[in-house]
Amino acid sequence: MDFNHTEERQMLADMAGRFVREQYEIETRHKNAESDDGFSRETWGQLAELGLIGALFSEDAGGFGGAGFDVAVVFEQFGRGLVVEPFLANLLAGTALTDGNESQKTILESVITGETLLAFAHGEPSGRYYASHVETSAKAADGGYVLNGNKGVVISGDTADHLVVSARTSGAGDDKDGISLFLVPANVDGVHVRGYPTIDGYRAAEIALKDVKVSADALIGAEGRGLSIIETAHARGTLAVSAEALGAIEVAIDLTLEYLKTRKQFGVPIGKFQALQHRMADMMTEREQIRSALINAAGSLDSDERDWNISALKNLVGRSGRKIAEEVIQMHGGIAMTWEYAAGHYSKRIIMIDHMFGDEDHHLEQIIKIGKAA
Amino acid sequence: MDLNYTVDEQDFQSEVHGFFKTKLPNDLSRKVKEKKRLSKEDMETWHAILNEAGYLNAHWPVEFGGKGWNAIQRDIFDVESSAAGAPRVVPFGVNMLSPVLMAFGSKEQQQHYLPRILDGTDWWCQGYSEPGSGSDLASLKMSAVRDSDHYVLNGQKTWTTLGQHANMIFCLVRTSKEGKPQEGISFILVDMDTPGVEVRPIIMLEGTHEVNEVWFTDVRVPAENLVGEENKGWTYAKYLLVHERSGIAGVGDALASIEHLKHIAQDQKKDGKPLADDPMFAARLSEIEIDLSAMRTTNMRVMQQAAEGAPPGPEVSMLKVKGTVLRQSINDLTRRALGPYAMPFVSEALDFGYNEKPIGPDYANPMSMDYFNHRKTSIYGGSNEIQRNIISKMMMGL
Repeated sequence: MDFNHTEERQMLADMAGRFVREQYEIETRHKNAESDDGFSRETWGQLAELGLIGALFSEDAGGFGGAGFDVAVVFEQFGRGLVVEPFLANLLAGTALTDGNESQKTILESVITGETLLAFAHGEPSGRYYASHVETSAKAADGGYVLNGNKGVVISGDTADHLVVSARTSGAGDDKDGISLFLVPANVDGVHVRGYPTIDGYRAAEIALKDVKVSADALIGAEGRGLSIIETAHARGTLAVSAEALGAIEVAIDLTLEYLKTRKQFGVPIGKFQALQHRMADMMTEREQIRSALINAAGSLDSDERDWNISALKNLVGRSGRKIAEEVIQMHGGIAMTWEYAAGHYSKRIIMIDHMFGDEDHHLEQIIKIGKAA
Repeated sequence: MDLNYTVDEQDFQSEVHGFFKTKLPNDLSRKVKEKKRLSKEDMETWHAILNEAGYLNAHWPVEFGGKGWNAIQRDIFDVESSAAGAPRVVPFGVNMLSPVLMAFGSKEQQQHYLPRILDGTDWWCQGYSEPGSGSDLASLKMSAVRDSDHYVLNGQKTWTTLGQHANMIFCLVRTSKEGKPQEGISFILVDMDTPGVEVRPIIMLEGTHEVNEVWFTDVRVPAENLVGEENKGWTYAKYLLVHERSGIAGVGDALASIEHLKHIAQDQKKDGKPLADDPMFAARLSEIEIDLSAMRTTNMRVMQQAAEGAPPGPEVSMLKVKGTVLRQSINDLTRRALGPYAMPFVSEALDFGYNEKPIGPDYANPMSMDYFNHRKTSIYGGSNEIQRNIISKMMMGL
């Protein structure tokens, strides 16, 4: 057992951390978030050049990382800066493309260099958090497929050049078999993208697919066997947003601590009050518990224990993250209710992460299911 | 970062596993698993078996005859020990006093006491808390007044765990009222056969005799029984608290208790189906398992830091709080799993050799007792509130 990162990975974490600290102040973040794209293409290019997209993918896929801990250390730093650039969307869709054909892999290479943007158009308006819920259909026609359906809350869906779309080639409802994945250019006829902001400062889209014609080589992997690819992408995505939550929690707690030492009421810094001290102590303990769960999940991303550890992590991030996010606001008082002060933005991100890839209850349910199957 | 055991660690695990399999007497592990009362002889038997195998003090440094086990080895041992149903080692001598003697005791003290701790000649108990000094331990009043080559002790200690079996007690005593309360405390070793020492039982809410009051009336203790320097006792006591915290998270115990709870939940029925299948129950159990899985890693992280030379700091307080609350939640869920059969409690059934038919399921009788008994864990060893004070002072500078 060894809880130290390798030298290379520590350098990766340090590099991402330095970028966030020195070039991604909260004002920059807000400016990027409020731009038309919802992020800065210039920053995206810079981060690609630093290798931070490549760090998310294995050497086989054209990257130079791709292990659970690579994803974890990078996204933890992104969480510290509330980075809005579309790393998550490209991690998800890019992961799917690692199962793709040669031309799809070429596209993945251009994702890694920062030239192409992807989004993962899988979730549907009535699908909630269930990975196998796909109503969108893909009917074989003219040697290709025709796609019809609606995709909901597609992260970074409004700026993507290509979409990875899930659709049923057979089965119905929540069937595990019969789901296929397709790589679809975002600008083809029949793809209607309605982009919008999320409450925590990111971008997402509702995407309607109406008689979208794609060729046979748009298929990613084997027909009808898309679910396991989706699950792999979701596991990596869950790890990523959980690491992001940890980074956001670190900063939110540090801000709170600083505030407790400087804000005076009744003639003393409010940190002198035990009513606040003990809650801070519990928050720090929970932060370390989340870090441990993240380590467990990152270390088992490619093992049989993946699903249990991922669900344990996400449950804890949801459960303890919410408590921390709420306490950060409460302990600050009014100032954390303002747009101008950073703490509230961290709380928003931490809370909204509970709505991605399954919330606290969803993952508790998964843990119970896995336990029964064992 | 590597969460797998190394080959050496795997070998160690199977060695330890083999030891429990061959050397832990069946009747002893049955008593532990069935939560029967352990007699003094039971505890001494296990102490002797561990000592013979060299496991009793394996965590001691090599220069004191230990094997210098690191944190991971200790964790492996702890988990295997709980899984096998081995009795807990009585920690006061081998885990608590010994490190203090090694760090601050005289050569003579080390040579005299350490072997007697190992061979069981001395059974140590701890004289820290007083009726008026619980969380505010530094306010302790029991006095030690120098009288030529002796100290004369007067006062009262309380919550003395297993003091009824002990022949020796290490005490924090007041040798000065000058300066801050912490600056007038000394650490002294007392033979409990000395005239003026009296042990009185305290019966706990669930009916067990585990702790005691120890009264001291003009007890004359040789001056050479002082450990280190006069008025430096608080430093030694803190050293003890910080350095002997391996196992404070109680991971092994929690893992074994959860296994037991799962067994109970399969056996108990709700609406004709195993309680384990009840969604409410399953959710509560799963949350505990999630927290435990994270805590196991938190524990290893803290312990490994310690193994790499950094003295364990306030992180240990996190382990204490999280570990005790988690084990209490297992006890709580176990009690609730039993339904109405959490209520019957036949005290005699805890004695070995009790042959009457159990009331309700055979596992039910001791579980509420266990639940009540373990409320102590968030109170002792520095209450969880004190631990939170330590975290906020040391980690946050509040």
